[in-house]
Amino acid sequence: MDAKKGDWVRIHNIVLEKGERAPNLPEDTQNVPLEVWDKGFLLNDKANIGDKVVVETYIGRKVEGTLIEVNPYYKHNFGKCVPEILYIGKQVRGLIEEDGE
Amino acid sequence: MVKDISFEAVMARKGEIMKKAIGIDYDIFESGNIAFDYERMMRETGYSLQEIEDIQKETGVGNTPVLELRNLTKLARKFAPAGKGARIFIKDEASNPSGSFKARRAATSCYHAKRLGYKGVIAATSGNYGAAVASQAAMRGLKCIIVQECYDSKGIGQPEIIEKARKCEAYGAEVVQLTVGPELFYTFLVLLEETGYFNASLYTPFGIAGVETLGYEISMEFREREGKDPDVVVITNAGGGNLTGTARGLIKAGATDTQVVGASVSLHGLHMASDTQFNKKSFTTGHTGFGIPFATWPDRSDVPRSAARPLRYIDRYVTVNQGPVFYMTETLAQLEGMERGPAGNTSLTAAFKLAQELDRDQIVVVQETEYTGAGKHILPQLTFAKENGIEILIGDPSEEVPGKNIILPKDPSYIKIEEIDLNRTRRSYIRNCIQNSNVDKVTKEDLEFLVADTKSNEKFVKMILDEFGVEY
Repeated sequence: MDAKKGDWVRIHNIVLEKGERAPNLPEDTQNVPLEVWDKGFLLNDKANIGDKVVVETYIGRKVEGTLIEVNPYYKHNFGKCVPEILYIGKQVRGLIEEDGE
Repeated sequence: MVKDISFEAVMARKGEIMKKAIGIDYDIFESGNIAFDYERMMRETGYSLQEIEDIQKETGVGNTPVLELRNLTKLARKFAPAGKGARIFIKDEASNPSGSFKARRAATSCYHAKRLGYKGVIAATSGNYGAAVASQAAMRGLKCIIVQECYDSKGIGQPEIIEKARKCEAYGAEVVQLTVGPELFYTFLVLLEETGYFNASLYTPFGIAGVETLGYEISMEFREREGKDPDVVVITNAGGGNLTGTARGLIKAGATDTQVVGASVSLHGLHMASDTQFNKKSFTTGHTGFGIPFATWPDRSDVPRSAARPLRYIDRYVTVNQGPVFYMTETLAQLEGMERGPAGNTSLTAAFKLAQELDRDQIVVVQETEYTGAGKHILPQLTFAKENGIEILIGDPSEEVPGKNIILPKDPSYIKIEEIDLNRTRRSYIRNCIQNSNVDKVTKEDLEFLVADTKSNEKFVKMILDEFGVEY
């Protein structure tokens, strides 16, 4: 069992299948479904990843979806070192130091 | 009765859902043709400037500091002709509660929603506006849902948008995240109907009126400290609301000689609804992918009539490339000690070049900044670009190809602006008006409306109408 009632989880759904997408979209977008993600407290007594579940979102809506993550957290960060930008600070500081205005 | 929530059924109920969710009957401003009464809409459904100042004061919005960027001005003068190099100032809108000027728009929307008795607010936005609505909703005791376009079909999300989702959740909002596609609007309508919440659209009169205080404050601040209005105000332009609201505020202050310049990042060639190109973008807002379509057809927004009508107010529209904006973001941190942006630094980049055209005693104001954070910073955004196959080069940014490379300027002399031919943009807008209302003859009222809505003149509008064979 991956999650029990009351756990904070992330769920996933398909809003529109690829044949149901709006017209005048670029072909690459036409060929993929429209997907949605939401989070909430699990309302089922227990569930495993991949199960159809119902959650209560933080503001109290009930939403159905496929359980994909328990205790979801953010993984975005401050990136890696980008050596290409290291010249900028030295360059602009150097330029305004030269013989005043 | 269980409502049919199929795509077609919900889209067919669009008008009805919107009316309930905004509380405005837009029909009363319509003429039945191209024209609608814009000023009446702003007057009757908005708030007075004084009322908005009071509303914003209640939740700590506005009256943000203005800083003179002395080192950046010095740098600009190094590359300006003799006697040129205007003083550059920045209005630090990142000091608003949610970290951007969008708090102004959200403040009035949430106040209005609360006053009308709505239990919550919903906004469709992947940008700073989501955090602004969530923050203002928290202060007003409203529930909040933010609907974002966030991922591509591989489930890879833009780091900048993911950070905004985090911020919304931090304020207690529910964040509904979708893959690429304009059908987000369908999900948005379903949520409005299900919850009965207020549509805190970016494009209502409340939202736009909320930005008027920004323009007004700029004029007041400069009269007090410099004894005159700024010569130029540069505004990052996407959906047009920032520009419209700021310009209206300047006009309300009487600053009619101040030139209003819009600036967008050029994402030329990238399709905004393309799944595979979604993560090839290194900017999620402030770019031409929003700027041009919204200028040439403002009523494409999530309300029947957009209160954001940039062509009504814009004097000049320029684009900058991605590399220079990243360069200028780093420069702002290194020379002025301010870590802001990157997307909000679009207007700063344009201002750096514009200052070089102006006299030394002239003043150019960059009217906003936005907060910086994980995901929303030069390093994660460039890291993400590299992971998506974008080359980071140092050279001449005029050779940049959006979606293929980002070219950082070799030195500040390579920071350039491109002019957008506003008459072409105006022509496209008029063409869209004709096509979307399907008319072969315009009324006198339409003609006057088109002149006002394009800040042009009767001769120009008639010339375009002649071109399309439309009678007047």
